[in-house]
Amino acid sequence: MSNAVSALEGASYQGFAQVREMGLQGMITLRGDFDNAIFKKTLKLISGCNVPALRELNHSKSGTVVWMSPDELLVLCAYDKAQVVTEKAVKQFAKTHSMAVNVSDARAVFTITGNGAREVIAKLAPVDMAAFKKNEIRRTRLAQVPAAFWVSDDDQITIVVFRSVAQYVFDLLKTAAAKGGEVGFIY
Amino acid sequence: MLIFECPYCGVKAEETELHAGGEAHLTRHGAGASDDDLKSYLFMRKNPKGVHFERWQHANGCGKWFHAARCTMTLEVFGTYSAQTFEPPAELVKKIKKKRPDWEGWT
Amino acid sequence: MSNRIDGMGRLLNRDTPVSFTFNGKTLSGYQGDTLASALLANDQMLMGRSFKYHRARGVVASGAEEPNALVNMGEGARFEPNQRVTTTELFDGLTAKSQNHWPNLNFDVGVINNYVSKFLPAGFYYKTFMFPRFAWKHVFEPIVRHSAGLGKPPTEADTDRYEHFYAFVDVLIVGGGIAGVQAALAAGQSGAKVLLVEQTAHWGGRAVVDGAIIDGKPAEEWLIETLQTLENMDNVTIRTRIMGAGVYDHGYALGYERITDHAPETNAPRHRLWRIRAKQIITATGAIERPLSFAGNDIPGVMLASAVRDYLVNWGIAVGQRTVVVTNNDDGYRTAIALKQAGLEVPAVIDVREQVQSNLAKQARALGIEIREGRAIASVKGGKRVTGVGVSIMQGTGGAQEEIKCDCVAMSGGWSPVVHLWSHCGGKLNWIEEHAHFAPDPKRPPLGDEGQGFVITAGIASGAMETGTVLQNADAAGKSAAKAAGFASKRTRVAKADDVATQVMLPAWILPTNALPELRAKMWLDFQNDVKVSDIQLAAREGYESVEHTKRYTTLGMATDQGKLSNINGLAVLSDALGQEIPQTGTTTFRPPYTPISMGAIAGEARGEIFQPLRQTPIHQWHVGHNAYMEPVGLWHRPYCYPRGEETHQEAVTREVNNTRQKLGLLDASTLGKLIVKGPDAGKFLDMLYTNMMSNLKPGRCRYGLMCSENGFLVDDGVVARIDEDTFLCHTTSGGAERIHGWMEEWLQTEWWDWQVYVANVTEQFAQVAVVGPNARKVLEKLGGMDVSKDALSFMGWADGILGGFDVRVYRISFSGELSYEIAVPASQGRAFWDALHAAGAEFGAMAYGTEALHIMRAEKGFIMIGDETDGTIIPQDLGLNWAISKKKDDFLGKRAQQRSHMASKDRWQLVGLETLDGSVLPDGAYALAEGENANGQRNTQGRVTSTYHSPTLFRGIAMGLVLHGPDRMGEVIEFGNIDGTTISAKIVDPVFYDKEGIKQNV
Repeated sequence: MSNAVSALEGASYQGFAQVREMGLQGMITLRGDFDNAIFKKTLKLISGCNVPALRELNHSKSGTVVWMSPDELLVLCAYDKAQVVTEKAVKQFAKTHSMAVNVSDARAVFTITGNGAREVIAKLAPVDMAAFKKNEIRRTRLAQVPAAFWVSDDDQITIVVFRSVAQYVFDLLKTAAAKGGEVGFIY
Repeated sequence: MLIFECPYCGVKAEETELHAGGEAHLTRHGAGASDDDLKSYLFMRKNPKGVHFERWQHANGCGKWFHAARCTMTLEVFGTYSAQTFEPPAELVKKIKKKRPDWEGWT
Repeated sequence: MSNRIDGMGRLLNRDTPVSFTFNGKTLSGYQGDTLASALLANDQMLMGRSFKYHRARGVVASGAEEPNALVNMGEGARFEPNQRVTTTELFDGLTAKSQNHWPNLNFDVGVINNYVSKFLPAGFYYKTFMFPRFAWKHVFEPIVRHSAGLGKPPTEADTDRYEHFYAFVDVLIVGGGIAGVQAALAAGQSGAKVLLVEQTAHWGGRAVVDGAIIDGKPAEEWLIETLQTLENMDNVTIRTRIMGAGVYDHGYALGYERITDHAPETNAPRHRLWRIRAKQIITATGAIERPLSFAGNDIPGVMLASAVRDYLVNWGIAVGQRTVVVTNNDDGYRTAIALKQAGLEVPAVIDVREQVQSNLAKQARALGIEIREGRAIASVKGGKRVTGVGVSIMQGTGGAQEEIKCDCVAMSGGWSPVVHLWSHCGGKLNWIEEHAHFAPDPKRPPLGDEGQGFVITAGIASGAMETGTVLQNADAAGKSAAKAAGFASKRTRVAKADDVATQVMLPAWILPTNALPELRAKMWLDFQNDVKVSDIQLAAREGYESVEHTKRYTTLGMATDQGKLSNINGLAVLSDALGQEIPQTGTTTFRPPYTPISMGAIAGEARGEIFQPLRQTPIHQWHVGHNAYMEPVGLWHRPYCYPRGEETHQEAVTREVNNTRQKLGLLDASTLGKLIVKGPDAGKFLDMLYTNMMSNLKPGRCRYGLMCSENGFLVDDGVVARIDEDTFLCHTTSGGAERIHGWMEEWLQTEWWDWQVYVANVTEQFAQVAVVGPNARKVLEKLGGMDVSKDALSFMGWADGILGGFDVRVYRISFSGELSYEIAVPASQGRAFWDALHAAGAEFGAMAYGTEALHIMRAEKGFIMIGDETDGTIIPQDLGLNWAISKKKDDFLGKRAQQRSHMASKDRWQLVGLETLDGSVLPDGAYALAEGENANGQRNTQGRVTSTYHSPTLFRGIAMGLVLHGPDRMGEVIEFGNIDGTTISAKIVDPVFYDKEGIKQNV
């Protein structure tokens, strides 16, 4: 739909790191048995990826898959393809007990970019950001709301939260990234 | 602030990421249960000074429930294990017995 | 007048003068000063008044242990009371005011308490305020309230910002003296990730003040070299101005960083609370010198000997021109020697020991300092400043005294290791007779998550008293911590220093030993709370044996300094009075934080707009733009009503109800919980979760359902739609989506893990709009795209389709009793869909309505609301919902509990409608009165109001309530109590007030 808008319509803020709301992102929740052949085949079909290892991401030309729990994956794709891709997966899953749900609209996506990106997160999440590896996904809390994040580039972290708390999370990240707040502990 | 390793996602999670769920390995008594069974299911809980088996959920995380064996006195965590079991793994019981020779054992 | 000594003051930058004000007077100091040193430099010895007797008080210490010199700092939005001058770094423009006095610091009326101190003994409050009973409220409490409290509360919101920071390290080292630095070096060299923090702005602790020699060079030189080495190590971080505030379970520690307290004009956060998780923690927290107890030991000018030395060496200050040193150990001599070498007079060292032949004593004698052995100070002369001391023999009563003129008394009662951080999480202590102090017992450390010890002490905090031993102990601590954290220690060299041979101290708790009662009544133990030797002795005579009880009875150690100076002395006096050894008495509990930390640091970022998350729907901005009055529903922010112009809320709500009933209302229902439950066992699963049968619901249809806890109580309700054979969509209450999602996952993961069901929370995937009222169908037909006629989409049916170009799912459900469609669209199009409804609905009278109109309309229809009609003690049977409880099902959650005798009782209060006879609105929560009184003399009750509104539809007050045997008492009039004691008469009626037959919703 042309009238679809993300929660904060691309708001951004420049502190000692840059905070940006990333607009609409296609996201599909898959639940099922990771060893099930149909599940694996479907995942490959819709994302070009294999099941990622524990707390990791897999990438292909056509998409990214994020490990969410032992029976849940998150497939990232273009926003306008998400519904079609979901329906494709649902069709594949007809003969097995698995689930595919389009959750693109339920989320907001942010990035933090810059040298201090890890420190911005370390102010809000009880996670060892100095040891946080590239390609690792962590589900935790950001201050008072659930969040998932991963290192999407050398100096960039991508954060996924629920859409209803997009404003709260943006304000949190702004506060944490405000100039003068550099900690100098993680580098 | 306590930390537990989630057996499902491997994260060493601190308490703010977890939700405590009370005593583990309760037996559900539903329709047709005797008054005594219902009472023990709904209300009677162990409150030991020492080894305790309990339920935790990795709420701000992978969302999975798991079991933990913990000393209520020293707060030592002997181990965490799957929620989908009726009793603690034998290996864990053995480990606790070794660390706490006076422990009356798993029942 | 300045007390600065030229050429001294290692921390001062004399090229940078700093201007500040104290009680409105402009004074000057230097960069590197603390407020304490700057005040002393300006000869401002009087800094405050004590809490109880309002006695004149000067600074006693030079660090975190300071009990007396607390001031109101800053102004306006940066005002903060009770700031210690000794830990306040001076900056240009600092403003401080002394506190706890009236009308001013020099003349304080409250000092009257001092002259009646006889009548304010230990436990004064408990003894005085008992009788007569009425006096508490009218006499005592107003007086106590007026005089209670230290400092003033701020009146403006704090303008600074604060934050938390999560740090994970192998080894955390608290304390930047030579022990901490040596330990960091040892741990760092093993490769462990080390964080070393120091609470002040400077490294080195006492060793640099006392001029220790390490590796053949001055400690200061060794320190600079070693810090440089640490700076160069990638795995080591060293930070000043971070205090180790507390140690908690499983290696968790709090560090309190004061970033801009000394530089308020920078753009950084003021404080940062470090939430540190360490595999091992080393506490290199040093030791605190103890005062001695002699009459008048609180008079300004009496200070700790180490503090006198600190002010001299660090800040170039002569606290006095003539200083008498009184000591029970060798360390006091260091002060005497330093003062003499600086050219100041030291008329005598009063040593309670009989024969003193130690190296330090010899050194003092060689400098021409007279040593009075076996002597004690029996009294201090002076009021607002010391003018002299009366000296007597130690083993006497203090009767005969020889006076020595002086303007400063430096006292040294020996050193106590700072064991706070060690003890916070359960580390145990041993009493060390030789030094008369408690020291950590390395065999009984705090235990971590694997049962391992996780705190190690280093240096004097371990009880190592001399430089050489301190360094060795710290090196060993660093290596063992690294090893315990999984790093093999390297064989590295330990810095060497010679231990100075010392003569054993004499634990002297009262000077002189047999001091007369009038002297003991002037020996202060707790300077801030005005607790004296005589108070502790009185408590002991009155039967107080437990140290914890004595503490609370006398308030010893309960002031903001938490007894850092008073603790051991108080314990010793108590033990002596009880005729037992000190270890038998034991210590009070050490609790974090080590010194008070700011409320801002604790709150971190959670203030103002981000105090807590406020969940917003995709339509939120429209509500804000249309003057919505928002109310919290769980964490959601929902419009309560949309006042127009001068309308009151009540007028707005009335308009919204009438418009919806007569034309067309639009409600943002996006907050409603939406859970997808899918799998071959989904029907079986929902049959267990809901009281009614869900497995026989047909695809395309909806059913209202109830959920109960295993205790049988109603916890949530909502409409379930069957999507296909395998899939259900369960609506929950707005506040309940996460809770019910968690509830479902809990049962699936922990009880029925072999059932094939998956649940997904899609609450936020959809914006949902309720289109309600007689014109509802018209607006949808105008938008077009799908058949919404009665035949195509009947009541309690749902359908997917297109409306006005939007992909929608339409549910024909009604919470208002009107023709109603709840329409879900993807959240990102929610606002556009809402706008389209308003545009298309304009000709049909479309108008948004809020939650209050929603509540009134549901109450007019007799629909229950979770949280109004339920409170966690209500079962569905109480609410006349038996029709929604399946009798066919073998089991469901709560079924068995609902059969318990009290649940099945006919005497439970049950839901009815209530109509006041005069048409007024019943007070919310009002009780229905019954005959007689209960055992407490309270009126008996027979029911209560659960929902009550003015109904714009019926032009009168309507209510729902729970009443004893209510459904059998239709038409009966009962009385409800008002808060003011009057009553209101109401008639018991059917809870459905509007359209009983349900014709309007089914058109």
